[in-house]
Amino acid sequence: MQKVSLRDAYGDTLIELGKKDDRIVVLDADLSGSTKSGKFGKVFPERFFNMGIAEINMINTAAGLATTGKIVFASTFAIFATGRAWEAVRQMVCYPELNVKIVCTHGGITVGEDGATHQALEDVANMRNIPNMRVVVPADDIETKQVIEKVAYTDGPFYVRLTREKFPRIFDENYKFEIGKGYVLRSGEDVTVVANGLETSFALEAAEILEKEGISVEVIHMPTVKPIDRELIAESASRTGAVVTAEEHSIIGGLGSAVAEAIVETVPVPVERVGTPDTFGRSGKGWELVKYYKLDASGIIEKIRKILERKKR
Amino acid sequence: MIRFEPQFFMERNRDIDNSTLRAIAREVRKDILKMTTNVNSGHPGGSMSVADILVTLYYYKMRHNPDNPKWEERDRFVLSKGHVSPALYSVLARCGYFSVEDLMTFRKIDGNLQGHPDMLKTPGIEISTGSLGLGIGAAVGMALGLKLSGFDSRVYCVIGDGEAQEGSVWEASMAAFHYNLDNLCVILDNNNLQIDGPVDEVMSIYPAMEKWKAFGWHVIEINGHDFNEIRAALDEADTVKYKPTMIVAKTVKGKGVSFMENRAEWHGKALSPEQLKEALKELGELV
Repeated sequence: MQKVSLRDAYGDTLIELGKKDDRIVVLDADLSGSTKSGKFGKVFPERFFNMGIAEINMINTAAGLATTGKIVFASTFAIFATGRAWEAVRQMVCYPELNVKIVCTHGGITVGEDGATHQALEDVANMRNIPNMRVVVPADDIETKQVIEKVAYTDGPFYVRLTREKFPRIFDENYKFEIGKGYVLRSGEDVTVVANGLETSFALEAAEILEKEGISVEVIHMPTVKPIDRELIAESASRTGAVVTAEEHSIIGGLGSAVAEAIVETVPVPVERVGTPDTFGRSGKGWELVKYYKLDASGIIEKIRKILERKKR
Repeated sequence: MIRFEPQFFMERNRDIDNSTLRAIAREVRKDILKMTTNVNSGHPGGSMSVADILVTLYYYKMRHNPDNPKWEERDRFVLSKGHVSPALYSVLARCGYFSVEDLMTFRKIDGNLQGHPDMLKTPGIEISTGSLGLGIGAAVGMALGLKLSGFDSRVYCVIGDGEAQEGSVWEASMAAFHYNLDNLCVILDNNNLQIDGPVDEVMSIYPAMEKWKAFGWHVIEINGHDFNEIRAALDEADTVKYKPTMIVAKTVKGKGVSFMENRAEWHGKALSPEQLKEALKELGELV
C-alpha cells in the first residue's frame, strides 16, 4: 500500500489556498520545517509569521489576526498547542468563536523516539472539551487536503490533528469530506469498528483478516470527533450489536469516549476501546510503539474477539 | 453631561479640552461604582485607576464609530486586564455604543455586559478578554493584521502591572518588537496593587521601563491621571517608527474616592450602598 505524508499534504494545500485567497495567514512556533507550514512561508513570506517558541502567544496572535478578517492557520506539535496553550485556545479562540484553525502535527504515539514529552495522547480530549471547538482527525493525504480546504471556509475554530508518520492511502479523488459525517468503508454484520487517523487503515486490515474466519466487521471511518456522527453510530450499532473504537490516542477522552457517549445515549451495546492506556508513552520507533501499545491490526482483532464474547453473554 | 455625535469620534487629535475629559471621567467613575454596587460584584479599584486613560483614548485619541462598531478603518482597543470591564462599559455607553441604562445590567444573568468583556455580546468590544496575559498577544495579532491589510489604524491595549507577571506578556512584547509593530501602543496601568497586595511585594515587575526598553520598545512614563501627559504620550506614540510603544502610566487604585485610593481591598469588592453614597458625594453627585 502506498504510504503518504499528511504533513506534506497540509503544507501543499496551504499554498493552494494562499494563491486563491490573500486572507489566508499562517503562524508557526519554530517547527515550520516539521509541521510543513514553512512551505507556505516560502511562497508567501509576508503572510507567514514565525512566532518563535512561544505557543501561547502564537494562539493569542492568531486570535487577533482573525479579528481583522484573516483566515488563520496556526501550527505546531499537537502537545504544545493543545497542552501548554490550552487556555489561550479556550479563551481567545473558542470563546469568541474566531476564525482560527489549529492544525497540529506530531499527534499520537508515532512521534516515536522523542518519547512521552512529545507524544500527544490527550490532545483530542483537550480540544473536544472546549465549547465551539470542532475536532478532525484525517486518515490520509487526500482526506487531509479536503479537510484543510473545508475548515478554511467554515467559520469558527477547528482543531485538525495530523501525525508524524506516513500513512497508507485509503481514499481516492472521489472522496468527499464533510464535517460531522462518518463513512462506512466496509459493511459488516457482527461488529462495528469506528476508527480515525492511522487506525482506520489498521481497522480495514483487521476486518480483512477476520473475514477469512467468517467474522463480518463493519468499518466506519470517523474523521470528525466533534461533532460526532451519532446517527451513523446508532444505526450501525443497532445492526451489529457491538462496537470497537480505535484511535492513536489515550482511551480517555478521545474518539472512544465520544463514541461511547453516543452509544449509551442512543443504542446501548457493549463497547471496547483500542488506544493507549492511561499512561505516558515510551521512546521507540513509531511502528514499534504501535505494536507495543496494541494499536495495530492484531490489537484491534484482540478487542473484536473480546467484544464478540461479551456480545454472546 | 456633554453629548457627542457619533461623527465626533471618527477623527483623531481633535480639540477636546481637559476639563471636558475630566467631566466625562467623573461620570465614568460614578458609573463604575454604581454598576458594581448594583450587583455587589466586580472590580472597582482597577477600573477607577484606568478611567482617565480610557476616556482620553475614546474621546481624544481613537478613531471609532459608535454607529458602526465594525467600521473597517477604526482604531482598535484591547482591554487585556479584562476585570476592569466596568470602566470600559461605561466609556462605551457614554460614547453611544449602547445605552447608559444598560450599565445596570452589568454581571446580571439577563444582561449582555458580562463580568469580563465578551466581543459576541457587547457592541464595541474588539476581543473577549479576562484571563490575564492573553489580550496583549491578541493586540499584536490585530496590529499585524491591520498592517497586512494596508490600514493605518492603530491598536491600543491596556495591561495591568500585576498582569505583567504572566510570561505570555513577554512573549507578546518580544513579538511586537520583532515585527516592528509601530501601530501598537500598550499602556501599563501601573497602580502597583494586585489582589494579594503591592506588586513589588507579590512579585516585582520592576524596573518596568527598563524591561520594555530592553525588549526594544519605545517607553514613556507618565502620570496616568494627568490628561496633558496622557495626551502627549499617546501623540508621541504616533510618531514612533518601526517599534511598539509602551506607556507606563503611574496610577492610583481607587482614584477619585478618598477611602478607596491605594487600597488593595477594593480590587475585587463592591462598595456597600452606604459607601457608594459617600463616594458619589466625593465625586460631586447630588445624593
